[in-house]
Amino acid sequence: MMLEPRFTEDLAELPTHKFGPSSLTWWGIIGYMIVEGGFFAMAFAAYFFLMGHEQGWPPEGRIPPNFLWGTLFTIVILLSEIPNTMIKKAANAYDTATVRRLMPVIIAFGAALLIIRGFEFNSLNCRWTDNAYASIIWALLILHTIHILTDWGDTVVLWALMMTPLGYESRRLVDTDENALYWRYVWLLWIPIYLMIYWIPRL
Amino acid sequence: MKLATLAFLPALLGACSYQHYQSVFGNAGTDDHQFLTLFAIFMAVCTVMYVAVIAFLIVGILRRRRAGEANVVETGRHHRAHPLMRAGLIGWGAVVSIGLMALAITSFFTDRSMAQSAAHPRLSITVTGNQWWWDAVYNSADASQTLHTANELHIPVGVPTRIILRSNDVIHSFWLPSLAGKQDLIPGRETDISIVPKKTGIYRGQCAEYCGAQHANMAFVVNVDNYPDFINWWRQQLQPAPAPATPLAQAGFDYIAQHQCSMCHNIAGTPVGGQVGPDLTHFASRRTLAAGTLPMSVGNLHDWIADPQSVKPGTKMPKIPMEETDLRAVVAYLETLK
Amino acid sequence: MIERAWGDGNYDREADEERLAKERRTISRDGPKLTGAKLEARLARTWARPPGFLGWLATVDHKEIGRRYIVTALVFLALGGVLALLMRLQLALPESGLISAARFNELFTMHGSTMMFLFAVPVMEGVAVYIIPLMLGTRATGFPRLNSFSYYMYLFGGLLLWVAFALNIGPDIGWFAYVPLSGPEFSPGKRADIWAQMITFTEVSALAAAVVLVCTILKTRAPGMTLARMPLFAWAMLVTSVMIILAMPSIALCSSMLISDRLVGTQFYNSFEHGDALLWQHLFWFFGHPEVYIIFLPATGFVSVITETFCRRPVFAYPVVVLALISTGILAFGLWVHHMFATGLPRVGYSFYTAASMSVAIPTGLQIFCWLATMWDGRPRFQVPMLYVVGFIVTFVIGGLTGVMVAAVPLDLQLHDTYFVVAHFHYVLIGGAVFPLLGILTYWFPKITGRMMSETLGKIGFWMIFLGFQLTFFPMHWSGLLGMPRRVYTYPAGLGLELPNLLSSIGAFVVAMAVLLFVLNGLWSYFRGAPAPPNPWGASTLEWATPSPPPDYNFAHIPVVESRTPLWDTKDKLPVVTGLRVDDKELLLTTVVAAAPDLREPVPEPSLWPFIAACATGILFVASIFSPWAIVFGAIPTAIAMAAWFWPSQVKRHPEPVIG
Repeated sequence: MMLEPRFTEDLAELPTHKFGPSSLTWWGIIGYMIVEGGFFAMAFAAYFFLMGHEQGWPPEGRIPPNFLWGTLFTIVILLSEIPNTMIKKAANAYDTATVRRLMPVIIAFGAALLIIRGFEFNSLNCRWTDNAYASIIWALLILHTIHILTDWGDTVVLWALMMTPLGYESRRLVDTDENALYWRYVWLLWIPIYLMIYWIPRL
Repeated sequence: MKLATLAFLPALLGACSYQHYQSVFGNAGTDDHQFLTLFAIFMAVCTVMYVAVIAFLIVGILRRRRAGEANVVETGRHHRAHPLMRAGLIGWGAVVSIGLMALAITSFFTDRSMAQSAAHPRLSITVTGNQWWWDAVYNSADASQTLHTANELHIPVGVPTRIILRSNDVIHSFWLPSLAGKQDLIPGRETDISIVPKKTGIYRGQCAEYCGAQHANMAFVVNVDNYPDFINWWRQQLQPAPAPATPLAQAGFDYIAQHQCSMCHNIAGTPVGGQVGPDLTHFASRRTLAAGTLPMSVGNLHDWIADPQSVKPGTKMPKIPMEETDLRAVVAYLETLK
Repeated sequence: MIERAWGDGNYDREADEERLAKERRTISRDGPKLTGAKLEARLARTWARPPGFLGWLATVDHKEIGRRYIVTALVFLALGGVLALLMRLQLALPESGLISAARFNELFTMHGSTMMFLFAVPVMEGVAVYIIPLMLGTRATGFPRLNSFSYYMYLFGGLLLWVAFALNIGPDIGWFAYVPLSGPEFSPGKRADIWAQMITFTEVSALAAAVVLVCTILKTRAPGMTLARMPLFAWAMLVTSVMIILAMPSIALCSSMLISDRLVGTQFYNSFEHGDALLWQHLFWFFGHPEVYIIFLPATGFVSVITETFCRRPVFAYPVVVLALISTGILAFGLWVHHMFATGLPRVGYSFYTAASMSVAIPTGLQIFCWLATMWDGRPRFQVPMLYVVGFIVTFVIGGLTGVMVAAVPLDLQLHDTYFVVAHFHYVLIGGAVFPLLGILTYWFPKITGRMMSETLGKIGFWMIFLGFQLTFFPMHWSGLLGMPRRVYTYPAGLGLELPNLLSSIGAFVVAMAVLLFVLNGLWSYFRGAPAPPNPWGASTLEWATPSPPPDYNFAHIPVVESRTPLWDTKDKLPVVTGLRVDDKELLLTTVVAAAPDLREPVPEPSLWPFIAACATGILFVASIFSPWAIVFGAIPTAIAMAAWFWPSQVKRHPEPVIG
């Protein structure tokens, strides 16, 4: 370096972790939420664009998807927010023991949701090759399923990590907090999709 | 695959020696006329703006700066700015905004005027795009007055014509630059374009949306006629195909009727009734064949039918192995379809 | 490996916490007691890039990744340029039979796709990934492994496209692949699928790089570098990266829907089954229009950088330039329908897009004023980078003005899909992005390689490319007006198209020679150029406070910034912070707006997992061209690779966090 340094403040006491927007990974997660949100937003736009062409929706007088499994899914995913919030609070309180106890609960919720999702696909009352309406609702459901699958996978891996001694590491608790944040995004995004698949065709 | 060596000569003579039968300078239709006027306005305004930018650039490069006065790091005044620049920025922003607004408003007015010219069409034609040719139907309430042709249109001068545009396969675009702008032909949708020709003449148009292998060879010809000439043409086209006059032509007709040709092509007034390919009823009255790929002539027709794939590779018309005598007969017959 | 079994087992937490506290007290940190050559040696050891081929694959050093991006993008530029030469050879004469229609259609598809997806966006990202941490006064980007992953995804996408082309299954549907032509009925085979999957690769790559850049720019700036003091290039990259995040999902969705129509029979674009061909156009252009600003805005950043250094003063009206960047980024999302003026949508709606398309010229026009005012008020020195800025102004403004023309619907209906538009977009893309790029590569070459490029060869190259460009593309305005549509493999004689096409073809070879000269200059200078001091141009930003080329750790001490032009305003000593670790890699995070020191973030160690994950994802994407089950089966190795990427190499606790 050409210029001599002039020493100013000493940063040795700065923390190495913080919850919320001070965390770098928080920004990464927000970034990817916007990416995926954009993906879904364009899918929603496609849905409404295709709907705008039609007199009836579903077109050709076909029957819309059955309510049962989709509504059951919605109830279960909303309920999953309870353990999710508890995990987030525990992470913020550095309570590794509680996190370790509760994560299997949310993992079980996730597994149940994936099973219900399988039944949902069966009750759409159409095949994706039928017409563009069928294609777009299958696409929406598949996109959200990938969303759930990947977050569920993340949660399983994170739980495994929390079960090791690193579970006491503050940064892992920040990861847990951010994972809980992401789960909120997954079910929040489900709500408009639920409406678009099950309710709007009945209007 | 001809090397157009002679094309150099007229090219060197400059654009004005052309009739502009496929160019925006044709000025042969009201829409193209509106285009040229608007284009001239835009060119004027944009040129002024460009000159202003370049003038500022040159002044900035050539400006003499006295040694200690420049606002640069060497004098320590790099955080200062000449007061003229602030005023200049505001002025520049204002000029650019006002200029663009003026251009936008002029554009809207032109657009509205074009819509008005299109408001009352007196002739209606439906053009359907196919890979790589144009099907045309002159619409009429009376079925016996509906004219079906392909790749070449005649329209009367001064008469507003509405062309309804559809596609049988992919997206094409109908572009007749000497008369009007373009409009896409989109499968599953119906669009339309209005043409009000002002000058008689022969004009060439081309597909302007990439539509596959032979997009470059999907052209069409539009003849703008005086009204009496148009009526004559129209009446002639409504006639069924003339009966073959010579034995050679008769042999050609028989060949067509008994072979694959009749699966795709239609010749009105005969049993040949395929609807897939271009209508051939008055085929020989057209100036080009294969949608503008070749000029109409006996030799070209012969080569085309002998092997369409070598003239226009990928075209939907298959190569049908024919004896030379059959080929000559078919050509002779088709030549009579005026 | 997991050191202990699941759960607590024999783990004594209290004892471990005591051990950690003790070890924390003996950590070496930089400062007055550890500085100069001793500090640099320790930092060099800590931040050293791993040796060997595997080490090269595993590196997460932003400078190495940036260099890879730039070199790869320049290779694709050359390949795309060769395709252009072939096209110009065919079009030099009317009715030429040199190249068949089918081959020509592949050429323009490959040329457009290569230039737009494999050159223009990646080269901007590559330059940003290299220089931004240096410019911001930090040692690494955020998420360095994601950065590495993004490069490999880009490389694999480019390889997919070009290997397919070499095997004669390359796409021939145009770079924007309109349906139904690109759909299952009219494009049989795998050509269109390869194109669509190349999109998936490059868009995953670009999105990852965008997230990396946004996080780096917002969180890792040097203390004191508030947003209002951040260099204009960093602003340009911030806006660009946000645009990428908002625009790319659209093309990811529509290309996936295309593959789905082709592979599994969905009906998104099939008008016979309630789909719509225009759905493609809306989704594509919603991405496609911002895409060109994604390419242009970093170039405006380059122009700001060069103008400041070579006019010896900061760019005039910094806040105006920042607002212009942001408003261009926002407006760019409201213009896309101007690509669809000929599709028969309601004319009333079109008027809005005309107004919006014209209004985007205002912030750009203001930026141009600011650069010209900087030149006027400063003392410009016309070395090669500044020549490219002048070339940019002369050329880009022409393109911008023809853009204003085609924004008007009555004009566009004649000019759309003709060579006039081809002229327009080459003027804005080459004039507006490539000229600044060549300038900035000349400018940052000494920093990247430690040597200066030849000024003489640079000047010759500039004039060749500038004049060659005008010769190539100016006549295209004329051929468009004379009736030549786009994407035609030949044109008839007698329309007056012969002369403009011949001139364009000659010009293309001049441009090609100029690019070759630039590359030769780069190669020669790399080996024999004059050695470069840390700050050969006398510039003001922090990247010039490091040696040329910078060491792996960038800065021995993290600087503190007190103005927009730190190196011009520092008297004799550069203020720096102290207390950062020396034997483990860590990054200083600062607050988003005020850049106050906030956190010490550990930086991940080099890792092969991004490469492995990119291979697994790549196999998934390529296999899914052939079967939808590939998504299910391919997801498994991808998931394993991603989990291994995240999983720490040791589950032993460290006194301060380490990511290994």
